[in-house]
Amino acid sequence: MSIAKRKTKLPVIAGAIAAAAAQPARADWDLLNMPVGVSELSREIYGMHMIMLWICVIIAVLTFGAMIVAMIRFRKSRGAVSDLKMLHNARLEAAWTVIPTLILIGMAIPSVEKLIKIEDTSGSALTIKVTGYQWQWHYEYLGSGVSFFSRLARTSDLARQKGSGIDPGTVDNYLLDVDHPLVVPTGTKIRILLTANDVIHAWWVPDFGMKRDAIPGFINEMWISVDEDKPGTYRGQCAELCGADHGFMPIVVVAKPKAEFDAWLEQQKAGAAAVALAATE
Amino acid sequence: MADHGHGPPQGIARWLTTTNHKDIGTMYLVFSLVMFLIGGTMALVIRAELFQPGLQLVDPSFFNQLTTVHALVMVFGAVMPATVGLANWMIPLQIGAADMALPRMNLFSFWLLAFAFLLLIATLFMPGGAPAAGWTLYPPLVLQSGKAFPMAIFAIHLMGASSIMGAINVIVTVVNMRTPGMTLLKMPLFSWSWLITAYLLIAVMPVFAGSVTMLLTDYYFHTSFFNAAGGGDPVLFQHLFWFFGHPEVYIMILPAFGIVSEIIPTFSRKPIFGYEAMVYAIASIAFLSFIVWAHHMFTVGMPLAGQLFFTLSTMLIAIPTGVKIFNWTATMWRGSITFEPPMLFALAFLFLFTIGGFSGLMLAIAPADFQYHDTYFVVAHFHYVLVPGAVFGIMAAVYYWLPKWTGHMYDMALAKWHFWLTAVFVNVLFFPQHFLGLAGMPRRIPDYATQFTDWNMISSIGAFGFGLSQLLFVWLIVRCVRGGERATAGVWDYQHGLEWTVPSPAPYHTFEKAPEIR
Repeated sequence: MSIAKRKTKLPVIAGAIAAAAAQPARADWDLLNMPVGVSELSREIYGMHMIMLWICVIIAVLTFGAMIVAMIRFRKSRGAVSDLKMLHNARLEAAWTVIPTLILIGMAIPSVEKLIKIEDTSGSALTIKVTGYQWQWHYEYLGSGVSFFSRLARTSDLARQKGSGIDPGTVDNYLLDVDHPLVVPTGTKIRILLTANDVIHAWWVPDFGMKRDAIPGFINEMWISVDEDKPGTYRGQCAELCGADHGFMPIVVVAKPKAEFDAWLEQQKAGAAAVALAATE
Repeated sequence: MADHGHGPPQGIARWLTTTNHKDIGTMYLVFSLVMFLIGGTMALVIRAELFQPGLQLVDPSFFNQLTTVHALVMVFGAVMPATVGLANWMIPLQIGAADMALPRMNLFSFWLLAFAFLLLIATLFMPGGAPAAGWTLYPPLVLQSGKAFPMAIFAIHLMGASSIMGAINVIVTVVNMRTPGMTLLKMPLFSWSWLITAYLLIAVMPVFAGSVTMLLTDYYFHTSFFNAAGGGDPVLFQHLFWFFGHPEVYIMILPAFGIVSEIIPTFSRKPIFGYEAMVYAIASIAFLSFIVWAHHMFTVGMPLAGQLFFTLSTMLIAIPTGVKIFNWTATMWRGSITFEPPMLFALAFLFLFTIGGFSGLMLAIAPADFQYHDTYFVVAHFHYVLVPGAVFGIMAAVYYWLPKWTGHMYDMALAKWHFWLTAVFVNVLFFPQHFLGLAGMPRRIPDYATQFTDWNMISSIGAFGFGLSQLLFVWLIVRCVRGGERATAGVWDYQHGLEWTVPSPAPYHTFEKAPEIR
């Protein structure tokens, strides 16, 4: 963890490669690896990712090692003479077919288990319907009458115009801020239903570990669950090219403790009822 | 020796009317180089825009047009025609044939391709601009394209027809025109890789042509193949596209496998290790490429069984690919290695393509792919297999056979400069994109949150370094065509294959009498 806290700017490439394989990261190292996230699923996906990364690193060390040894030991300039009879080796060839197969089986088993868990949306306590629009999101808390649009915050929208003269560095959460964030309770299994109004979009918050397409005319589902002890603001972006402003439809989720969320939802319901009343009068 | 009974017509007439496999091969290669520079320029505009956050150079819709056309130009205009050019030049020379089997169709397929790209690039200047839905052309977004849409689809039809003709030509040539005694399992691996590639092309190009035609009827005739409101399904297009698209990936890389299998033995002065395993590995990769397509679309909400099947089938590809990597390494083992430019590119291919293979393996795992999907991690992955993979393979081939084509040796020192600059900058360009993707940067965005700035800057610097280095390549080729030290027939110390038995430059007509195979 001590390395992880060190501050760096623009580390050299070699250092960066080493860092990519480093432990769960904090501070600037976050920018080198997948976030561990704040949900059970995101941690499991992160774990899966790290296992595969390490398996790949080990295989890379062995195969690249063999290549480098060959390049050094068998150079003509060192007087190496080629062995023209080395054409086949049944045992060796069998080994490098069978061993990778076993490694792959080893990788496949945990991934199957995780996939089954990811796809199981049963037992959710709350259902939110997410609809993608060009270029904003619409959120609807099913059964409560609460729904609203969520679009890029005005500050980012002004700064992102070509020739705006506004330095994006001066804008808080540039391109990752919205006017009305999605609010969810922590410690709750939430089912997300996804669809779209025009073209395909994809809803993705890296800290929750999941991404799924929102497809016009179809309803997809996925689930998220934010850890009880990790309320906070989590940010993501549309992940499927959806036209000119694809890069400008962020997702912001505010996770609140259960009680605070309930209070928030009641307040929204009252607001929604007032608006409905005003409309009927 | 070769017969100089009649030479080619002079001037432009030679290139418009030629049916000679060498001339057509040259035209394909030059066309591909031009497209590589055009597609590369588009990439540089993209990387310049992404150098820092905020929009400085282009507006978002033009940015999307650039990413779309860049990809189409590089895939169909640069990589594929380069391998077709190599096939035209080298397959007859490798199998001892006098020419390609269908020379007129050969010329026709080249000119179709040239006009296809004229149309495609022209769409950038039409009202509403070029298609901007990415090279994957997903509906419904692609149906929002402007007036250029039918022209882009027509261009795709033309390039598909051209590819199919090229593929038929390769198959007919390899099957019918091998010199007596050259059984299939004595055939050089480059020709083998192209034979299998040609079958892939014939199998999948019609699927692609059919699916883009369905886009066209959805656009103009109110069919609803991909429109849910009319009972269609946008995801159907993705299945059709990737049924073409995944084999397409191998259409680009298999010829590079073939090239590397020619070059590593030459400069290790040792025959290829496990020749038959190499052939079977290419064939297995080709077969598997038909049953893995949906790993490109794990996030569309497939049934669990579908996700499991495509995860497992995709992982299987690692086995034959591993066999190839290990066999190449074993070819070097107990060899007598030197590091001429073709070997340098082949070695860089070996290392860097393998990195692309590792990230591919990671992407195959559906649960992890839910994070990787549509991020810069994917961009890094496919550029690693396409640039230091396919493109390095092609450059290695050019450095390997250029003396045979021109009759001149090229400037070795300059070629080594080109190699080192290219190999360093390609990593500066693409390696940081792994970090960007893992840290959460989606692909196909013209502007990004400020925490992604550092790595984007480094990547853009790499892009300009890489792009400018390619000017050395162009200059080197021009100089080599114009003159230089005479190349011998064998060119390299250790030769294998019939192409080294004819003089350099290869005479206009070769193997009018079938050569003997021992």
